[in-house]
Amino acid sequence: MKIKLIPEVTKVPFLQYRFITFGISAVLILLSAFMFFGPGLNKGIDFEGGIMIEAGFENAPDLGDMRSALGGLGLGQVSLQTFGAPDDILIRVQRQEGDSKAQMLAVEKVKVQLTADNGEGISYRRIEFVGPTVSAELVDTAILAVLVSVVAILIYIWLRFEWHYSVGAIGALVHDVILTIGMFAITGIEFNVASIAAILTIVGYSINDTVVVYDRIRENFRRYKKMEVRDLLDLSINETLSRTVMTSVTTLLALIALFIFGGEVIRGFATAMIFGVVVGTYSSIFVAAPILLQIGLTHHNEEEDGFKPSDDEAFDT
Amino acid sequence: MISFPKWKAALVVLVCLLGVVYTIPNFVSKSMLEQLPEWAPNQHINLGLDLQGGSHLLLQVDTEDIQKKMLLSLKDTVRASLLPEDKTKRIGYRNLKVSGNSVTFSLRSGDDREAARQALLPIAVMMPTGQRSHLIEISEDGSQASVTPSEQAISERIGAVVVQSIEIVGRRVNETGVNEPTIQRQGADRILVQLPGLGDPQRIIDLLGQTAQMTFHLVNLSGSATSGSVPPGSQRLPSLNEEGRTYVIKNQIMVSGENLEDAQATFQQGQPVVSIRFNGLGGKQFGRVTSENVGRPFAIVLDGKVVSAPRINEPILGGAAIISGGFNVQGAQDLALLLRAGALPAPLNILEQRSVGPDLGADSIEAGKIAGIIGLVAVAVFMIVVYGLFGLVANIALAMNMFLIGALLSVLGATLTLPGIAGIILTIGMAVDANVLIFERIREETRNGKTPFNAIESGYKRAFTTIVDANVTTGIAAVILFVMGSGPVKGFAVTLGIGIMCSMFTAILLSRMLISLWAQRTRPKTLNV
Repeated sequence: MKIKLIPEVTKVPFLQYRFITFGISAVLILLSAFMFFGPGLNKGIDFEGGIMIEAGFENAPDLGDMRSALGGLGLGQVSLQTFGAPDDILIRVQRQEGDSKAQMLAVEKVKVQLTADNGEGISYRRIEFVGPTVSAELVDTAILAVLVSVVAILIYIWLRFEWHYSVGAIGALVHDVILTIGMFAITGIEFNVASIAAILTIVGYSINDTVVVYDRIRENFRRYKKMEVRDLLDLSINETLSRTVMTSVTTLLALIALFIFGGEVIRGFATAMIFGVVVGTYSSIFVAAPILLQIGLTHHNEEEDGFKPSDDEAFDT
Repeated sequence: MISFPKWKAALVVLVCLLGVVYTIPNFVSKSMLEQLPEWAPNQHINLGLDLQGGSHLLLQVDTEDIQKKMLLSLKDTVRASLLPEDKTKRIGYRNLKVSGNSVTFSLRSGDDREAARQALLPIAVMMPTGQRSHLIEISEDGSQASVTPSEQAISERIGAVVVQSIEIVGRRVNETGVNEPTIQRQGADRILVQLPGLGDPQRIIDLLGQTAQMTFHLVNLSGSATSGSVPPGSQRLPSLNEEGRTYVIKNQIMVSGENLEDAQATFQQGQPVVSIRFNGLGGKQFGRVTSENVGRPFAIVLDGKVVSAPRINEPILGGAAIISGGFNVQGAQDLALLLRAGALPAPLNILEQRSVGPDLGADSIEAGKIAGIIGLVAVAVFMIVVYGLFGLVANIALAMNMFLIGALLSVLGATLTLPGIAGIILTIGMAVDANVLIFERIREETRNGKTPFNAIESGYKRAFTTIVDANVTTGIAAVILFVMGSGPVKGFAVTLGIGIMCSMFTAILLSRMLISLWAQRTRPKTLNV
């Protein structure tokens, strides 16, 4: 027997709740902004520069002892955390004054100290060092990449639909990106290059979801010439609701598998993606479509645009 | 009527077969692959350094050092131009120095202005672009004169140094016996070194951190050995291996390490030493200096530090010598290696190091496999639960999608990274989207009272534009990630992009073909989507 996640036909008056959902979104955006500008992001060495060492020990070491031992090396700020298992420790050391030799020396010092305290059986799983030039470049490229992709998608939507949809899609997109960054700030998950990849994928996913709803709205505008815009938007969201939920669920299934079994290195990425898919789904229903109503999309706009249905879109009555 | 032309079906089947055939090598051991005939597909997916373990080093050539050296040598050239061998042509100047990006001086007499210009003109050679390599400016009264290298001359020089550095880096890395290192230029002044399998590249970093310029100098015995002023023409240099000890050596280079032909680590009286052999010119210079200075100490200087300063007991004429300096075995081996590989023309800075131990790489692959399989099974089960037979079709399309991704990654020689695996797993979830769109459409059409054939037909037709729109937008994000992303993130973009393309193919063509075949064969009266 097949299970239907969503009843065959739904008639949820989504638009009726738009001021509530706008309110929720506004609160979350403000919270994200506050967390971003206040406590800020837990920037990894990709963006902050510095040294990161992941070391596997034979026996789980005492973090307190290790913290004071490494803190006594005069390397400035040293932070420790277990990484997936109690005997797997992630050590982050701030960037050292001076050239790359100073950084390499710091890595040596940490290793010597760890061996002195824990014996020889340490396996170095990862050693990373990012200098100030590279981290500055990574920040610039990351910001640029997000901006360029948002603009490129905006142009695509503008060409395929018309400007109201562009505004709505970008509104939903910016909403998702801000909330995702806020999620990073609130949870303290390390923000690194992979996080940027996650944000860009969320951008793609969110737009994907939004476009499906918009496609239906455009189609319904042509089909129901007399219907109230608000009812038409509601109808379109309801008609695509089953698909929206289905795709979110399959994507989430894959991402949850990645989160649970994909290993510690990828967990931050998986977390961000899971959050992004949920937010992206929410926004395509509760942000992207209602914005169209708020900025005054009407039948008139559609006709003015002079859109001619192509063969593929023609209705076979 | 549902129609799916035979030629189209043949094409789809062919593509799918190719997908399977080109993915298979990844499941076959290397030795078996070698036994296959040459025409058989044998490309593997390349594993990134984060999966197979290894190190990524981004080095930058010290361009400031290059410019400094360039200006110092320009200063010498200017001096030589103004004071030629022919004494009648000599031009009086004072205050010759490097200042900022120029070499400046002032002429003793403004009358020499034109003569000075003529003397300096050969420095400013014509470059292929039609510009002169240097700008020569002399004020009216000759009191202010400067020679400035053009931007282009500088960048040309930097380019030459970078090329030369890559050569030396390559030789040093190869000498250590690392497997399949890649060394390539990146941008104007950077060198990317990738060392597969090397999780802890400390030794290579140490080796690349030295320019290894070796010179031989006479020791100035009139200078105090520990502190105090240094006589002109000499300088105080620290000892390489003895903490706190310094030497006062004469600046003049008697023999240069450039003239070395070979260097080997060996033992002398149980101590590790480096035996060196000069080429013809170096051997002659070395022979002359040692003949003329018997009984005096002779300093061996490496990158501004004195390795040792042994007394010359007798002239050394054969061009071979021994360097001893309190080395341990590794130290002697490394010095020999550096001398063999040659000196770097400028110091290198390490901008970025990323090393992954082989066990973390193996763990990541294992975790990726498990996550991928579980994700795949979860999605597949869910699709069957929701869509029944149609879900099965979507699953076949999904499985084929995985093969096509594997085949494309193999054939393109793309590198699979950990984020790349994440991209594939994400694709598992998103790839069914196209089929979901189609099936939901078919459900709707059925509800609207269409016959099964018509519902299927128009379901595919109407979902098509939506699928294209939805995938193009995700595709845009993938392309931008690929173009702008670095290293591992690029790997994510590649798998995401390939995944999107393959999922469109499998949803629009493969699943449609399967459903058409099924519908034609069974002629269903009702659709149970």
